[in-house]
Amino acid sequence: MTKSNKLFTILIPIISVLLGLIAGAIIMLISGYNPILGYTALWNGAFGDAFTMGETVRRITPLLLTGLAVAFAFRTGLFNIGAEGQVIVGWLAAVWVGLAIDAPMIIHLPLAILASLAAGALWGFIPGLLKAKLGVHEVIVTIMMNYIALYSVNEIIRNVLTEQETTTDAISPSASLASEWLQGLTYFSRMHYGILIALFAAVTMWFIIQRTTIGYELKAVGFNQHASKYAGMNVSKNIILSMVISGAFAGLAGAMEGLGTYGTISIMSGFTNLGFDGIAVALLGANNAFGVILAAILFGVLKEGAGQMPTGAGVPTELVDIIIALIIFFVASSYIIRWILLRFKKEGK
Amino acid sequence: MEYVIEMLNIRKEFPGIVANDDITVQLKKGEIHALLGENGAGKSTLMNVLFGLYQPEKGEIRVKGKKVSITNPNIANDLGIGMVHQHFMLVEPFTVTQNIILGNEPTKKGKIDIKKAEKEVQEISDKYGLKVDASAKISDISVGMQQRVEILKTLYRGADVLIFDEPTAVLTPQEIHELIEIMQSLIAEGKSIILITHKLKEIMQVCDRCTVIRKGKGIGTVDVADTSVSKLASLMVGRDVVFKTEKKPAEPKETVFKIENLVVKDSRKVSMVKGLDLEIRAGEIVGIAGVDGNGQSELVEAITGLRKSESGSITLKNKNIKNLSPRKVTESGIGHIPQDRHKYGLVLDYPVGANIVLQTYYKKPYSKASILDYKEIYKKAKEIIEEYDVRTPSEFTKARALSGGNQQKAIIGRELDRSPELLIAAQPTRGLDVGAIEFIHKRLIEERDKGRAVLLVSFELDEILDVSDRIAVMFDGKIVSTMKPEETNEHELGLLMAGSKASGAGESHDKE
Repeated sequence: MTKSNKLFTILIPIISVLLGLIAGAIIMLISGYNPILGYTALWNGAFGDAFTMGETVRRITPLLLTGLAVAFAFRTGLFNIGAEGQVIVGWLAAVWVGLAIDAPMIIHLPLAILASLAAGALWGFIPGLLKAKLGVHEVIVTIMMNYIALYSVNEIIRNVLTEQETTTDAISPSASLASEWLQGLTYFSRMHYGILIALFAAVTMWFIIQRTTIGYELKAVGFNQHASKYAGMNVSKNIILSMVISGAFAGLAGAMEGLGTYGTISIMSGFTNLGFDGIAVALLGANNAFGVILAAILFGVLKEGAGQMPTGAGVPTELVDIIIALIIFFVASSYIIRWILLRFKKEGK
Repeated sequence: MEYVIEMLNIRKEFPGIVANDDITVQLKKGEIHALLGENGAGKSTLMNVLFGLYQPEKGEIRVKGKKVSITNPNIANDLGIGMVHQHFMLVEPFTVTQNIILGNEPTKKGKIDIKKAEKEVQEISDKYGLKVDASAKISDISVGMQQRVEILKTLYRGADVLIFDEPTAVLTPQEIHELIEIMQSLIAEGKSIILITHKLKEIMQVCDRCTVIRKGKGIGTVDVADTSVSKLASLMVGRDVVFKTEKKPAEPKETVFKIENLVVKDSRKVSMVKGLDLEIRAGEIVGIAGVDGNGQSELVEAITGLRKSESGSITLKNKNIKNLSPRKVTESGIGHIPQDRHKYGLVLDYPVGANIVLQTYYKKPYSKASILDYKEIYKKAKEIIEEYDVRTPSEFTKARALSGGNQQKAIIGRELDRSPELLIAAQPTRGLDVGAIEFIHKRLIEERDKGRAVLLVSFELDEILDVSDRIAVMFDGKIVSTMKPEETNEHELGLLMAGSKASGAGESHDKE
């Protein structure tokens, strides 16, 4: 039983992705595009040469972190839709420290990263506190916190960090994650050292959840609050802590953009979608640290590769978004696939 | 022969297990037929087959001699088979009549004709002496009445055969007595009854015949007149069972636990414990008898720190433990077998091993500097699994996968392993079968013999009378009487639990 269960957890996402790709192909056919050309463009857009590969890794980095953020909260039974806002405040905090301080790299870079962690954590703390003490549902609060983050940050960029400009100055090199070596390796892509931080964060999440008493409590609260209270755990504290850690992961994703990819922060007309995509990444990765790594890779590849489809195969960007949405749809409806697989197994006997 | 229902050689398989294997039950017209078996023996599966929820792999069902195929519950209804569920399926804010007509409402010009329905319901209630008020709201009537509403529901739909699923589990002795009268009047009106139960005394009292199921197999059908409680028990379990829990007289020592004038409110801010006094000495088991809802849950929650007390005092070994956090209470030396083992006792999605350290995971050797030591945790789990005979594939199996009895054994193992000064056992044997009950009672008495104080809260009078050294009857938030088990009986306790004035014998022990 357990062996086939394990096989299932691997098989189901793979089949989901394949079904999504097939459905995407059908849509391309119906709309009069060549799916083989389309998917070739997608492949080349993600892995075509050193440059695109570097860009793909760059794309994966923040998705991995927001995926971890959402997954972490999920393990405590909380739905952190606020990763988006936490990314934005983390991004701002990192760039602010990057601009405002003059210090050697060994101090400046960690300080900027810490600032992003703290900002994200604060943005998670507020909904956590409201949930734990007043029972306000975290979904509502985190959605509102997203808007507060977006518009406050825009305001700060326009009036505090710049004088009515849309983009800040570039951060000082001592706070930058950019790497000439990695850029050289990937033909001047924007790939940066952040991927190492993101991978380290994944290991950290696994360690906290699986190996520490903190993780033991967080999961227990997520599974059964009554039994956790009975066992002497502080349920409120754990809810807040979970949202704080989740927010910190998302804030770190903001630092990847601010210190790595762009080196600046610009006024945003809308959300970055990094946080929202993180929900799908967490779901696809089954809220497990290593699952999230794989899911983030898939998402990064699809997003980066899709950029090539309009130019490479003439498939309009709207259609590309539909295809990606279909893949997510099939993953989300994995219950159906599980059911069908069980049916087949039964009949095979 | 005039059988109303015949289930012949029924076999039902689920992936990996055979739930029913060649079981035959034949119900005569006008009899009360018991279906006896331990938990998980396959009684419910068999009745679900009869009710059309499962299809049998083999065997046939006959109703009044005619072979039928029951593929869904509607067909069962049409054939006159009705089920009185153990967990009532009632809509609380609705009236009795509204609940009964739910699903086939009589209409007049598109509107529900509630007047007509109410009249019909009242007529049926009067005919069978159910004494139900057809216009009362469900939330306003007692549990016993709610059960009668369930009976009414099946009668309203024209049932000739009524299946009662563990009907006495939630009733007081007086209510059980009334239920038996109702069953007999149903029989007198030509109905037939199948009674699912694992309580042997009830079978002896009301049933005509009894079919025994053990581990999915039909063991046979016996005439109740020709058998005895112990014969039925050994048929059910497959070995001889000791009924009276053997124990030496208690040797109580100093008072270790004391409650004075305790007041506790429930979540609606209504006082449920109203100035309660209680003392427990080392080396004795005090049993709290009472009908559910008289403040027992609030009392236990207040002692264990799960609920705030309004006033009064709770002391353990002369140290105040009132309104401490659950962790502080646990650390001060209290073990708690909670009433609801799924809600409070276990994290069902954690492995058995992780559940064993639910209150001690933060201590050495299970963790050092906040890092868990799984080797130590699972070592401990293995010890407890062996010592308390927890039947589980391994210590890594999720607690959810264990049977109720084994989940309870794991909880008891965990609580006793800390060797607490006071052990609180709330409904420790609810829903368990004879074998597990025997085991748990033995462990409680062992704990007493080690000089620990034990507080037993139970709605089962047999258990209270059998295990306690001293009985405290709780009614309306207070201990109304305390007595020795040998000085009282079920009848007297039942009256006290229902709020009648304490008799002379009880009164004299009230103030110690």
